[in-house]
Amino acid sequence: MLDGRARMASAAKDSFVPTSHTAIDRTLGGGLLRGRVHEFMAGEEDGGSSAGFAGILAQRCGGAMLWLREEAVEQQVGMLHAAGLVQIGLDPGSLILGRLPDAVSVLRAAVDALRCPTLGAVIVEVKGDPRSLDLTASRRMTLAAETSGVTALLLKIGGLPLPSAAQTRWRISAAPSLILAANAPGYPAWDVELLRQRGRVGGGRWRVEWDREQERLCSWEEGTGAAIPRALAPFSVDRPPGGLSAL
Amino acid sequence: MRLVACDARTVSLGVRPGMALADARVRIPELRAEAADPAADLRWLERIADACDRFTPLVAIDPPNGLTLDVTGCQHLFGDEAGMIAEVETRMRRWASEVRIAAAATPEAARALARHSSAPAPDEAAALRHLPITALELDAKATTALRRAGLKTIGALADRPPAPLAARFGPVVIDRLDRLLGRSDSRITPRRPAPSLAFERRFAEPVATVDAALEIIGELAASAALALEERQRGGRRFDVRLYRSDGHVIKLAVETGLPLRDPIRIMRLISERIGTLADPIDPGFGFDMIRLAIERDESMQSAQLTLEGGPENTEALGGLIDRLSARLGRERIVRFIARDSHMPEQTALGLPAVDKVRAASWPMQRPGEPPLRPTHLFHPPQPIEVTAAVDGAPQRFRWRRQFHDVARFEGPERIAPQWWRHPPGSPDLTRDYFRVEDMRGRRFWLFRYGLYGEERPTPRWYLHGLFA
Repeated sequence: MLDGRARMASAAKDSFVPTSHTAIDRTLGGGLLRGRVHEFMAGEEDGGSSAGFAGILAQRCGGAMLWLREEAVEQQVGMLHAAGLVQIGLDPGSLILGRLPDAVSVLRAAVDALRCPTLGAVIVEVKGDPRSLDLTASRRMTLAAETSGVTALLLKIGGLPLPSAAQTRWRISAAPSLILAANAPGYPAWDVELLRQRGRVGGGRWRVEWDREQERLCSWEEGTGAAIPRALAPFSVDRPPGGLSAL
Repeated sequence: MRLVACDARTVSLGVRPGMALADARVRIPELRAEAADPAADLRWLERIADACDRFTPLVAIDPPNGLTLDVTGCQHLFGDEAGMIAEVETRMRRWASEVRIAAAATPEAARALARHSSAPAPDEAAALRHLPITALELDAKATTALRRAGLKTIGALADRPPAPLAARFGPVVIDRLDRLLGRSDSRITPRRPAPSLAFERRFAEPVATVDAALEIIGELAASAALALEERQRGGRRFDVRLYRSDGHVIKLAVETGLPLRDPIRIMRLISERIGTLADPIDPGFGFDMIRLAIERDESMQSAQLTLEGGPENTEALGGLIDRLSARLGRERIVRFIARDSHMPEQTALGLPAVDKVRAASWPMQRPGEPPLRPTHLFHPPQPIEVTAAVDGAPQRFRWRRQFHDVARFEGPERIAPQWWRHPPGSPDLTRDYFRVEDMRGRRFWLFRYGLYGEERPTPRWYLHGLFA
């Protein structure tokens, strides 16, 4: 790790990537720190959903995006679908995808990629807690990210909160979306929990919805779906029984 | 069982290829027979062809047991043609039990001389004239017809006017004859196209260690860089070959996304490539030749750094892609390009990022709509068990041994099959897609495969994707 003086020097040029969600940005002191490792954990069944969340944050970092994922993840959640990524506001033209055979090659490629300052963000997606992803590996990634200023988003599908050198640690799960007309599922929504952050106190739990047109994460209450009067929404002939009571 | 091939000693004892094994055993009771393996023979021939790269870049395989080398302009490297043939012969003796070598002006003539010539002749033309007509390798009917007409050698055919020959025996006779005698121009089709630039070094004393070999590759890369700089070009594909003195050839190929000529970066890619080899490089008795060939090149202007460092930066990303592709394999690092198709699984194509992929524009979504396509797609779609009304939306489904209760849905969105792609007998079925969300907020893309009653009595359901 950097010693105190070097850390002070790097703190001077710290910059933030605003998440566009007011409360989250306030808790983080401005947004996600650029050039650090941010760790996201998701349950196995939330893999696809949380990958979308990480993709949106990576897109907000700007620049080219490199998405490295282990093949085991691909078996779990399927292959990235460019036509769907466009619809949550990602630009597949600036995305480079690496499908790698195991966690070791993912981490090795991630450190190489984090040394490349042209990239805006690197998403590193592994399944569970691979043995190779220990404290040393995460420190190595942090060092590489701090030198180049590339932001790393480490996504652990089905992983546990183990010790790491990550700047922030989050737990992501899919949340029920705000209902649209005719009982249709709405915009992407997540339950986002900030478990810890380095150097600051405070965490929190938010339910957020992604508004692609305004490119911002809204609170659930002010989400786009809420614009439609509740009374109009559930009006469907073959609505499943019990569908309303769950709302 | 019949004999496919036999060696010279058995031939002298009266055994011929094509003979039944039992007959051959009657003649030679101690005959040793092995099962024929044409695939292994071809692999062996390919390895010999690889080793023949040291004579000329233009090598063609002439199955099942021949090689054709285009040595135009290469003879002087071995003194003269005779010196080259002697060199080829000594090398070949190590790899093949029996070798017949012939040099001629056209590939067909050389092939005919090697395969059919029986007696030595003063020069090439005379040797060709002495060849039997079987050297034309016509079908049995034409050969018999020629023989019945009393035409036994190529010379006898060559003296006659071609038009009556063609009228009587078919145009193919004249065509073959012209190729054989060099009256029409014919070329070989080499296994690999000739590289635009190649640098090689030969050693009287073989290089015995991999480190020394790498150092020499570095020197070759440096001279390649100079030559490329002079031409204002950069390489996109570099091919390194280490020729072991026992004939084995070790091939290392690296590709780059942007033209490259910096020797240090070339060497970095090559060492990445070496790191991924399943077996470490075995120098054996040493390498007696090392070659660096630039198989693909592109124009590349001399680098000029801008104040903002623009070009330098694109190079950094290109270099990263090159390194990852060299280490992990080119099809693992991909970029997406849009394709014009209404089938969800065909709307995007992942192409190796090393190939310069043109950035295409992606169709924008209409404002005011939630995402209608999932961010993840399963290929192939995953079968699920669904409880649904006939022709209605799913209410509950089981995927990976877990039940999901549908809380809300939208659909169906009907996607018709590509009827023009499928033969009338086995049509693809219509898919009715539903966007559903379960009680816990997970969003899925399901489809019913086939129309109720019309295409299928009870259609199956599949899960095709996951939404963010």
